[in-house]
Amino acid sequence: MGVWLPISEIAAKVQRGELSAVDLIEKSLQIIIEKEEYKAIIATTADRARERAKHIDERVAQGEPIGRLAGVPFIAKDNFLVFGADTTAASNILKGFDAPYQSTVIERLEAEGAICVAKANLDAFAHGSSTENSDFMTTKNPHDRERVPGGSSGGSAAAVVLEMAPFALGTDTGGSIRLPASFTGSVGYKPTYGLVSRSGVVAMASSTDVIGPITMTVEDTAVVLDVMAGHDDLDSTTIEREESYVDLPANIAGKKVGVITEYMGEGLDAGVKGQIESAIEKIRANGAEIVDISLPSLPLALAVYYIVCPAEVSSNLSRYDGQRYGYTYAEAKNLDESFAKTRSIGFGKEAKRRIMLGTYVLSSGYYDAYYKRAQTVRTKLIEEFKQAFDTVDFLLGPTAPTTAFKIGENVSDPMKMYLTDIMTVAVNLAGVPAISIPAGKSNGLPVGLQLIAPQRNDRKLLAFAKQTEGVIG
Amino acid sequence: MNKTMAKLTREDVLKLARLARIDLNEDEIVEFEDEFNEILQYVEQLQAVDLDGYEPTSQVTGLVNVTREDQEKSYGYKPAALLKNVPVTEDNQIKVKRMIG
Repeated sequence: MGVWLPISEIAAKVQRGELSAVDLIEKSLQIIIEKEEYKAIIATTADRARERAKHIDERVAQGEPIGRLAGVPFIAKDNFLVFGADTTAASNILKGFDAPYQSTVIERLEAEGAICVAKANLDAFAHGSSTENSDFMTTKNPHDRERVPGGSSGGSAAAVVLEMAPFALGTDTGGSIRLPASFTGSVGYKPTYGLVSRSGVVAMASSTDVIGPITMTVEDTAVVLDVMAGHDDLDSTTIEREESYVDLPANIAGKKVGVITEYMGEGLDAGVKGQIESAIEKIRANGAEIVDISLPSLPLALAVYYIVCPAEVSSNLSRYDGQRYGYTYAEAKNLDESFAKTRSIGFGKEAKRRIMLGTYVLSSGYYDAYYKRAQTVRTKLIEEFKQAFDTVDFLLGPTAPTTAFKIGENVSDPMKMYLTDIMTVAVNLAGVPAISIPAGKSNGLPVGLQLIAPQRNDRKLLAFAKQTEGVIG
Repeated sequence: MNKTMAKLTREDVLKLARLARIDLNEDEIVEFEDEFNEILQYVEQLQAVDLDGYEPTSQVTGLVNVTREDQEKSYGYKPAALLKNVPVTEDNQIKVKRMIG
């Protein structure tokens, strides 16, 4: 039994006065301090959290209704604008940034009584698969301190597994929620593109960026998603939500599940493969029909992603020019020098790498050959997903080809690091929802099972994942 | 594709750095030249794909022309709060370096 009850039970007990929000926050803050050595947390929002908790307890005492997340502590990846601590995106260029407003999702969670206690580490600007690209520190994997937690939401995933809070928020542009969930043995949810507002979240690649929860159970993920999902006037890419993502029915029997052959072949670690095959057998034993399915363009997804993503990054990161916020090179003689010096000193190596690559693929003479071509291959990939979902309800495969790798193992070879995302990026390019749930361990390290559904089928996916978690856990 | 990808040169790296407003030191120039070529070589596999009949993707969920009435809407932010992160201000305005120096 872990430290935390299921999220809806915590909230119900706070509402009934059986648990105090103040005590919950103190417990969370205490665990954060006890487990500081894992470097999951950049800063706490302790003062504001304590104040909010006190206020919630007072309102409970007066019999006021609080909300579905009453008193529940959570941790936000440090690319969410939150009051009470700086928002840095783990980058030097945003050090000291004091958010003038909060992310829509933070406002929605707070409106239901949730309390943000801390900001989690990430690869700077969410560029990476290990948190080693953080300008501040590398987070350690809770299962083996010599290994990475995955990235870029590695601090969020580690924090949840270390029981610092019942849930954390991450962002997933090419796998940044699912990969750390896989590497740390947690549940990571990537919603349909546009289901959750990104207003007030540091932008990376806007055509694939999504926000989602990291938790220890599918049920907790569903509760958090239910609060966050839906249209927002402040993010014009948001779509209409389904009515509910909670009270999920059993959803395995009679379902047709396609095992993605491209993800089960060459390059897949044998131990990971064994765990995934064993999970597949259990899903079959519970009444699902399992078929092999091929999406022939999947092996191209990473190449598409590493054109589209840097292109969008180069555009989104042009705003960091040292004039309106963030680090500024004060000794510059003119504006041009101020831009160049500010960005050279303020950006880490991976941000520079992606900005320049993106500038290249968008530049005149190369745009058609790289960017336009990548976006056309993307269309082909999307068509293949649609065709696959004409014949199956869900797609299934591993979340990552390996378990967590050693800190330092891939840092000197960016291409090798990029390959970590080979099984997650296609989902982002297609805008479909996917989840990583724990599927046992290989050599003592967690393995993640990835389940994928058609766009706007988040509820069905969560229901299927919830029952699957029960039968493979 | 008619254009075979040429190898990226040191000059290309320097040009990109100028376009992106990033000053690179010598180590970074050498390193990025090698790395960019490795990455570009990897993405070269896209050149062989038959794309007859496919259009480039611009949006994945089918939303088109999301608009709203052009009406003033207050979110209650005070100028001081919105300007608090600005490095240099004067009279509630953002002050920048001279353009020509």
